[in-house]
Parts: sequence; C-alpha cells; structure tokens
Amino acid sequence: MSKKNQKLAEDMLRTSSQKHFNKTELECLIHFYQNLMGHVKMDRNQFRDILHQRFNMTEDLLMDRVFRAFDKDSDSFISLIEWVEGLSIFLRGTQEEKIEYAFTVYDLNGDGYISREEMFQMLKTSLVKQPTEEDPDEGIKDLVEITLKKMDHDHDSRLSKTDFRDSVIIEPLLLEAFGPCLPDEKCACAFENQVLVVKKHRG
Amino acid sequence: MGASLARAVQWTSVAGSGSGKLELSPMNEKLLNDIIQFIESFGGKHPEESKYVFKEALSWNTTLTASAFGSGYDIGASQIKSQDKDPNGVPLLELDEGTLKVRTLDQAANVIKMSKEKCTNEVRLCLEANRDPLVKILGAAYATVDTEDSTLIRMVEKNKSESSEESSLLLRFLLIMQQFDMRLLNSCMQEISKQVRLSPSTVNADVALLQSFAGESPNTPLKNIKFTSPHVFSNECRALPWRQVHGDICYVIIDPHDGEKFCVTASTYGCFVNGGFNEDTLEVLDFEKRGEVYKDLVTLLRSKSNRFAENISKKVITLQFYVRIITCFIFQEFSSHHGTPRETDKDTIITSELSMENEKEDESATEKQLKNQKDKTLKPSLKWKSLEDSRKNEKEESKKKKKKSTTSPPAGRRASYYGRKTPQDEDDFSESSDDSEEEEEVQDRRQDAGSDLPSEYWQIQKLVKYLKGGNQTATIIALCSMRDFNLAQETCQLAIRDVGGLEVLINLLDTDENKCKIGSLKILKEISRNVQIRRAIADLGGLQTMVKILQSQNKDLKCLAAETIANVAKFRRARRTVRQHGGIKKLVALLECPANSCDAGKDVEVARSGALALWSCSKSTKNKHAIRRAGAIPMLAKLLKSQHEEMLIPVVGTLQECASEPSYRLAIRTEGMIEDLVTNLKSSNSELQMHCAAAIFKCAEDKATRDLVRQYGGLDPLVALLPQSDNKELLAAATGAIWKCAISPQNVERFQELKAIEQLVGLLNDQPEDVLVNVVGALGECAQEPANRLIIRKAGGIPSLVHLLTGTNQALLVNVTKAVGACATEPENMSIIDKLDGVRLLWSLLKNQN
Repeated sequence: MSKKNQKLAEDMLRTSSQKHFNKTELECLIHFYQNLMGHVKMDRNQFRDILHQRFNMTEDLLMDRVFRAFDKDSDSFISLIEWVEGLSIFLRGTQEEKIEYAFTVYDLNGDGYISREEMFQMLKTSLVKQPTEEDPDEGIKDLVEITLKKMDHDHDSRLSKTDFRDSVIIEPLLLEAFGPCLPDEKCACAFENQVLVVKKHRG
Repeated sequence: MGASLARAVQWTSVAGSGSGKLELSPMNEKLLNDIIQFIESFGGKHPEESKYVFKEALSWNTTLTASAFGSGYDIGASQIKSQDKDPNGVPLLELDEGTLKVRTLDQAANVIKMSKEKCTNEVRLCLEANRDPLVKILGAAYATVDTEDSTLIRMVEKNKSESSEESSLLLRFLLIMQQFDMRLLNSCMQEISKQVRLSPSTVNADVALLQSFAGESPNTPLKNIKFTSPHVFSNECRALPWRQVHGDICYVIIDPHDGEKFCVTASTYGCFVNGGFNEDTLEVLDFEKRGEVYKDLVTLLRSKSNRFAENISKKVITLQFYVRIITCFIFQEFSSHHGTPRETDKDTIITSELSMENEKEDESATEKQLKNQKDKTLKPSLKWKSLEDSRKNEKEESKKKKKKSTTSPPAGRRASYYGRKTPQDEDDFSESSDDSEEEEEVQDRRQDAGSDLPSEYWQIQKLVKYLKGGNQTATIIALCSMRDFNLAQETCQLAIRDVGGLEVLINLLDTDENKCKIGSLKILKEISRNVQIRRAIADLGGLQTMVKILQSQNKDLKCLAAETIANVAKFRRARRTVRQHGGIKKLVALLECPANSCDAGKDVEVARSGALALWSCSKSTKNKHAIRRAGAIPMLAKLLKSQHEEMLIPVVGTLQECASEPSYRLAIRTEGMIEDLVTNLKSSNSELQMHCAAAIFKCAEDKATRDLVRQYGGLDPLVALLPQSDNKELLAAATGAIWKCAISPQNVERFQELKAIEQLVGLLNDQPEDVLVNVVGALGECAQEPANRLIIRKAGGIPSLVHLLTGTNQALLVNVTKAVGACATEPENMSIIDKLDGVRLLWSLLKNQN
C-alpha cells in the first residue's frame, strides 16, 4: 500500500499542476483519500461531509459550488487528482490562485460574470430577517448594490474576473465577498496538522 | 402645646442634654409671641380654667425684680408671694431669690403683664426651664409622647367614672391646651413653608447654574465659582461630617469680578461668608460666620458683589424663573417631608411658570440651559449618586447625559473636574505630565439635534445595521464599504459612534473571525485619530480586547491592533489600561524581529507597529518602567540599527520619550545607542532628526554621554541643523542638544571650531521661547570660555541677551541671567551691559526671583 502510494505520489509530483505539496505531504493526502474511500471515487455527499466537518462550512449553495470547483471534469465525482489539486489551492493557494478559485465558486452559471442575480442568490441568507420591515429582501438588495458599487469598476452592473481581481488586490478581505469558500486559518491549520503531519510521523 | 414645643421649636445644638436654650430664630420668636398672646387672653376667655392650679409649679430663674410686683403680692425682703392661694394654702406665685414659681395661668398672665417688654424673654426662660410644661401643669401622665396620644381618651374615661368638678375642669383645660397646640403647629407650618430651607441638591443646582454663567468676560456675573472639595458624601453633602452636624452642606469658593476671592458656607439654614480658606489645599480655615446669613447663594452674591447684582439683573427674568423653580422644588420637598402629597400642585406651578416664561424668554440658549437646570433640580439625587457611585463609569455617564440633553456645560465641566481630582485617579498624578493637557479637556462638541445630518450619517447607520444583523459575509461587505467613507473626517467618525457602530466594531474584535477582526481594526485604526473616539473606545473596553489580539498568530492582526493601540493610548487613562492588562509586555514582544524570517517584511511591519504603540504608551512614567522591565531596551537598540525610516521614527521617539528617566539614559549609553542616534542625526528625514536631537538633549545630562556624542562626531550634524529655522521643533531639539553638550569644555571647543556660537547668536531674535531657552542656555555654557565671550560680543549677542532680560518666562530668565552673568566677567562686555541698563534689569529680577 505504502509503496504504491509512494509511487502515486511521485507520479503526481511530476505530472500534476499543483505545486504546494511535497512528496510526503502528497502521500499523506493520498492515504487520507484512500483510507476514506477505498477505491471508489469521492461523491458529492462525502465531499460535503468533509467540508462540513473539517472546515466548518455550512451553506448548501456554496458547498455545492466548492464541489464543482474541485470537480474539474464535471463528472460529479472528485478523483484523487482533483482532490489533491483542489486542496493545494484550498489550503495553500497563492492570492492569484485563490482569486481564480473564488471567482469560479461565485460565478454560479459559469458565464464568466457574477451578475446581480447571482449575488442576490449568494447573499440571500446573510442578513437576519427583520419581521418589521416591509420588504424582507430590501437589505439584501442593498447589500448587492453596495458590493457592486465597491467592486464593479467598469460599471456594467456585473463583476468580471478583472473587476473581482482588482477589488481583491485593493482589499484582500473581499476575496470571500459572497460567502465562505475557503478554510479559515484555524481549520486549515488543524487539517494540515492532522492529515499532513500526523500521518508523516506514522509513515 | 407639648407637641409644638417638642417638634417645631428650634432648640440650639446642645438640645437634648437637658439645659437647652431656645434659638433666637424668627420661628421661635413667633411661637413665643403666640404663647404670650394665648396666656394673656386666656383669663378673659376661660375664667374658670385660668384658675386651675397646676399639679406642680412652673419654676424658672426670672429677671423680674421685686419692684415690678404691685398690689396683690406680699413683698418680703427676699421673697415675694401672691396673696391668692390654692385650697391648700400655698401661694400661687412665689419669687424666691430669683426663682419664680407659678401655679396658675392667671398668675402666668400677671407675670407677662408685669414683665412688659421683657415678656418674651420671660416666656423663653420659662420654656427653657420647663421643657414639657404640660407635665408640670397636668401631671406626669400627660407627658408629650411622640407616639399616639391617648391622654384625652383616658381623661374622658376618667371623667365619666368620677364626673367630679375637678376632673371636668381638667378635661376642659386639656382640650383648650390641645387646641392651642394645634394652632401653634399650624402657624409653624406656615412659617416653615415661607422659609427657604437649603438642601444639598438646591445648593448643587445653584452652583451648577452659576458655574454656567461664570467666565472671564466682564459681562458675566462672576469670574469663577467652585466647591472646595470634590468629594461628595452619600447624603450629597460635601462638608466634613463633624461640620454637617452644624448644618453645613458644602463650601463654595467664589471669585467675583470686583473684589477678592471669598469662601461661602452653604448650610441648611442659609449661606454666609466664612472665615476664609487655604488657597493651596482649598480647605476652609475658619468655619465661623462673617456677616449675615442669606437665604441662598444668589442673594448672598447680590449683596456681596455689585457687579454680580448688575449682571445678574440682566438675566433677571432667567433668574426669577430659576428661583421660582427652586422654590417649587423646595415646596415639594417640604410637603413630602410632612407627608402631604402636593405633586400635582408643583406640576401645575411649573408648567404655568414655563409657559409664562417661554413667552418672555428671548434668549433660547439660556432657556435651554434652564430647562436643563430644571431637570436637575427636580431629580438631583439620582444624578449625584451616579456621579459618586460610579467614578469609573463617570465619563460614560456624562456622555450619556450629553446625549440626553444637547447642552449641559455644568455637568460636563463638573465631571471632568472630578475626573482629575478623585482619589481613585491619583495614579494619574504620578504619571508624567508632558502630554497635552488639552486632550483631557476636550469637550464633546455635538451638533444640535435639529440641524441637518449629512447623508453619510444615514449611510453609515445603514451599514452598522448590516454589521449588527448580518453573518460573516454581510459583515465583511459592510466593513469594506464603511472604509470607503472618508474616515479621517470628523462627521463620519462621530456618525459611527453615534449610531452605535463603535460597540459593534469592538464586539467584532471578540469573535473568532480573523477577517472580521481585521476589517473592524482597519476602521478603528482610522477613526481613533479622533480624540472623542479614543475615549469612547477606551470606555467600551476596546483596549483590553486589542491587547489580547496582540498575541494572535496573524501578523496583520497584530499590526493593526498595535497601531490602533498607538492611536488610542494618547491619553493617560488609556495608557494605564494598556499597562494594567499586560499590554506593555505583549507590545514589547512584537519588537522581536527574527533576522532570518521568510516573511521579513511583515515582521518589520509588526515591530514597527509595536514601537509605535510603545511610543504612545511611553508618555506615562509607570509605563516607562514597565517597558524597561519587559526587556525592551536591547530590542530597541537592535531596531535602532534598522535601515527603515518608518521603523526608526517610533523607535527613536520611544527612546526620546523614555530618556527622561535616568535608568534609560544609562541604558542608551551602555547599549551603544548614542552612535546610532548620531548616525540618524544625519538622516534626511527631519522628524527622525528631531527625535534624535531630542534624545541627545535628554541624554546629554550625563558627562559620559556628552563625550560619546563628540567621539561619534555628533556635534557636527547638530550644528548643521541650526540653519533649519523654519522647523521650530527640530530647532528646539537641536539647540537643546547643543546646550547640554556644551556643558563639557571639549565640546565647546568643537562648537567653536564649527562656528556654532555665531549661529546661536543669530538665533537670539525672533524665535519661540522654547528655542530661545535652549539657545541662551547653550550660549551661557559657551561663555564660560573667555574666548567665546569675545565671540558673543563681536557677533552682537549682548544687546539681544540684555533685551531678553525683560521677558517673563522663568526658565528663559534663569538661562539669560546665567549667560549675561558669564559674559559680564569680561570688562568690555560689562561696559556694554552697563550701557544697555542691563544691571538695573538684573537688579529688578533679583527682587522677584529665587
């Protein structure tokens, strides 16, 4: 098993596009994947469980979107290679990689723009509904307008990737402007310590 | 009669010991007159009862002499007896060596008639000797008791069973007496309600109102008015407890426009000027009355100060209104004391007054103040308690108060007065005072509620709403959007505070979300440049949270927290809070800048922010010690070698601030920091140069340091700074450093070579005083050298120096006299000084200086 994993890891190190994990870490990730799945590919629900348990993500919409961002070939499964490449950005991505990734997550219909409607969709749950207000969605609509005002540099009422990138470079906090799609520091640290370091000791 | 005598009559303070005297008060006067009238008319109205023989004689030391007695009396050598006798043959009146014994009211009436104008005195003496006359008249069973009086009922019972002539007489007598008692009480009541009895709350309200009128300008009624003591006892009095026994409420120092300061005692029975106070301790020296008792402060001031009367009458409507309100208040107090609910009356009075005054009132400002005053007058106890109980929350309280009412200068002023004087804040006194006092004084400037709020206000309010009611995502959007406002603008800063944004921002710091914390700190960092926001952040406990964040793993977070602390810790209380919550240690820990770190840029940034915060904190003496104990000096020494200007400024700033402590001066020398300071003197950044020069200024008190400065070639760059005549701060620091360095003769030689003296002489004209002090100090040191005296003369320094002798700045004068003195040892110089009349000036200085 371990030898096979070593070989897999070596191959991956050579072929895969990821550049943030070293060989031992790759081995650990492979080990983690196989431990969990055996030889079956990871499906949506299992991936969502991991996101939920390990990274405290709760929003259905965004968890689905994260799944799609990982699932590059859109076969509704996450293969070992997709798993490793996805996590590489997810845990250790550079700002540029993360911008790319976050934009994919937020661009719900994949047309290359984040539209008003998409924003509304994603921000729908972000405000506590005040029963007193006449239009319960007013606050959300207002938030969408605020975001557009802040991020839509070319004033076409939607966010292109350039808009998004420029805004995040000016204000890094806006990387996750439409909801959590990346692990926070604590969870990331915990995951790395558990999956990447502990296994190394055992191996 | 018993009840009224026991309660209404004002006995002197020794009352209760048995030999009390009746006070000479108007109320007692009235009571006595009533009694006299009653007794005089008694015989006519109730002839039978007036013959009733007392169970025991009323006896007192009379002032009557035998000559007063006429017919119907047997006048003996030392004894006088009435011819009328009781059934047992005892005379109804006896006078035996000054002691008068009376057994019937009839005889009592005679005594009053005989004593003529002295009758009040006689009754007074009688009452003083017989505290409860009814006991003597009717027997011990009829003693006045405070609780339910059942004498009458017992009497009726007795009468029924016995129905004798005597007991019915007794009953009638008692009934009459009780009726009279009731009448007396009623008239007392009227009398009291007419009188103004001062209470602590009325005095406080008075002083507060007058404080709001006081000022230097000649059309204010008075210059200043203040309490002697900031301490308020739980009963709202300020007087010491042993003085409170005498009715004193508080002492007020009044500074009128015309005349000397004087001290007034406000006591329950009125206000009077007392024997004076100690200027330094503000303690009253002599509690005795000097002059009349006035019913309140305003009346007293009216009669004491013409200017006050004049100016106050300009506000006559105002004052009348005020006085009326006070009386209403007292009326209410009085009636509540006596258990008669008069709330409605009071309310109607006030509303009618208000409506009346509103018509007359033309100055809306004073009116507002008065309305405000009214609130205070009506519920003073609440407010004053809050002031006393919660000193710590006091600032908050006063803020809240300000929020409630648009203008309340007295409250604010008083609050800050407490803030500086309360014993709890004593800690503050120990701290160095070189920080700007005005910061403590800054009053809350608020817009009138009526004026239009800018559109930013509403937008910010909306954003704060999203901050409150949103999840992490909405919070971050709102935070980022808030940063788009011009946070350097006061309107936005105050808008954030006023809509409750500060609370939310500070609460966000307590969450687990680093992103929210970062977003929140970025805003707090900006708006904490505002003095009022700083205070609000400290009041809301923001410093404690930020100190905790300093330990975070996230470097961005550490940086932002330290920078915000640097901004907030610009006033003493905040600096103390940082220290008390272990902030100094954590800030010093930030200075650690690992040499071979992968993220060096970030580490430098963290160290810089730490130094910035320490710089702010180092303005308090205790913090200086704490910084040293936390091991900051070697770390600062290491950072001093840094190349980054933005790093060097806070580091040198901190060192410069701390160099006021000898321990730091020693450490700066031994850690080899002088060399680095000298190096940085040559920097191109004038702020850095200024702090370096200031640090050398402070450190060069020690000889070894002066020598080091010379050895490292620090004198040249110092002199090179002298032409910087437009940057006064830099110039002051540089000349200061030169002054201190010039204490060493070797340094003076170098200065001579550098032609510093000529340049210094050139600076003697048209410079601010803090520069002049240093320049003259330096010249004074240089002039110890004979050659330099010549140089000074040749450069034309003597006339300028002599001219400076006419100044008023003490520090400057000390240096100038020293310099002139040093120059005068040269005969040629002396002749110039003489010509310029310098000697006379020196003489005149001798008169008023130490």
